[in-house]
Amino acid sequence: MWSFSKISKLIDSWLSVNFSSTWTMVIEMVIAGIAVITLFALLGLVLVLMERRVAAWIQIRLGPNRVGPGGMLQSLADTLKLLVKEGMTPDGADKFLFNLAPFIAMIVAMLLMAPIAFASNFQLWDLNIGVLYVTAISSLMVISILMAGWASNNKYSLMGAMRSGAQIVSYELSAGLSIMSIVVLSGSLNLNEIIQSQADGWWLFKGHIPVVIAFIIFIIAVTAETNRAPFDLAEAESELTAGFHTEYSGMKFALFFLAEYINVFIVCAIGATLFLGGWMPFHIGHWQAFNHVMDFIPSSIWFFGKTFFLIFLIMWFRWTFPRLRIDQLLDLEWKYLLPISMFNILLITLMAILGWHF
Amino acid sequence: MGASSMIILIFAALTFSSIAILVSKIVTKATSNPQKGQPYECGIPTKGKTWTQLNVGYYLFALIFLIFDVELVFLFPWAVVVKKVGWMALVEIVIFFFILFMGFLYAHKKGALKWV
Repeated sequence: MWSFSKISKLIDSWLSVNFSSTWTMVIEMVIAGIAVITLFALLGLVLVLMERRVAAWIQIRLGPNRVGPGGMLQSLADTLKLLVKEGMTPDGADKFLFNLAPFIAMIVAMLLMAPIAFASNFQLWDLNIGVLYVTAISSLMVISILMAGWASNNKYSLMGAMRSGAQIVSYELSAGLSIMSIVVLSGSLNLNEIIQSQADGWWLFKGHIPVVIAFIIFIIAVTAETNRAPFDLAEAESELTAGFHTEYSGMKFALFFLAEYINVFIVCAIGATLFLGGWMPFHIGHWQAFNHVMDFIPSSIWFFGKTFFLIFLIMWFRWTFPRLRIDQLLDLEWKYLLPISMFNILLITLMAILGWHF
Repeated sequence: MGASSMIILIFAALTFSSIAILVSKIVTKATSNPQKGQPYECGIPTKGKTWTQLNVGYYLFALIFLIFDVELVFLFPWAVVVKKVGWMALVEIVIFFFILFMGFLYAHKKGALKWV
């Protein structure tokens, strides 16, 4: 049976036999870089196609089905189209910031990849404060959005960026509090240890109703944080044409688009790691035989399955709920989600101290 | 792979984006005319300056956000040791949340959370 950790160990041992230790490290770094770029490009293509197919499916239409078998190559064709479009900079724009913003968006999206465990023992950086790292880096996203909106010299862009700023910083709080509830239960900030603590069942099932509430708040908050409908006020098409990336075209727009989809993937991966056990197979307490059968499915399949299920959930929201108004959006966070999640974390603390979880 | 992965990732992001933008620069033909460089505001010429003061109805949110975000930072070390410390941790956090929540209610009563 193949697994990512075996492949990486194989490469590592082969390299260390044939090269000196310095060269081994350099070659491994290059391989990791290429692998991450490939993953990035692949995820972008897959997620854009998935979004369009899910949209079509929910609206009972066909969706892209002409390019390639079953429309599989549609997003590749779109990328080609974006590649041959002129990436222009408007005359009045702040040229340096305007061109810098997509790079920052990409760097932030890429940095978030570091602590995510894609399979058992397969992780770029097993750092002991993984949860803190993710919350810290993901809040940098707002800088690139504000930069893009400000530099465009366009009123729609500026308003989109301002809305997005208010939205992202507000929802960060309840997302952080619901993440914290899992940290309370597992007692660790290390993503790998959090996954290990779910070896006898995922927190969503072990933690009773408070964790389910935390999970629901987390999903709502990350939907808002990634600027997706019904919280896509930053780029509300009918009000602001395209919000902060109105003025972007060609490849610069594509980079923003890609970064946005990668962010969706990453928040879903974090949600899957914290609440659904990451790469941990579906285990039930002490049912040894059942757990053993589940272990036969490779851990990477578990991880990607859970992540894509959450992505599907977020796409589902987009075509189910109408867009909120900005004051409704902020009311939802400040008057409902934040007090609820504060109370919820106290409940979870009580649960953790009394040991009322499985 | 350790902390060097951050360098790899930043480098990978920069390479990926600059190659993408460079390739598109090479294969496209740039043209320019006065209309093309104008900001896109649905065909209507822009009135006044864009880089001006904007009434953000939620500037007070920024202040409250700051308080709660610092609270979140304080929660990180607390959350790790809750199980070891036991009841004392719960008591302390209840006091902490109570003070914070009183402030929140005060802000709410003063109308800071109202859309202006």
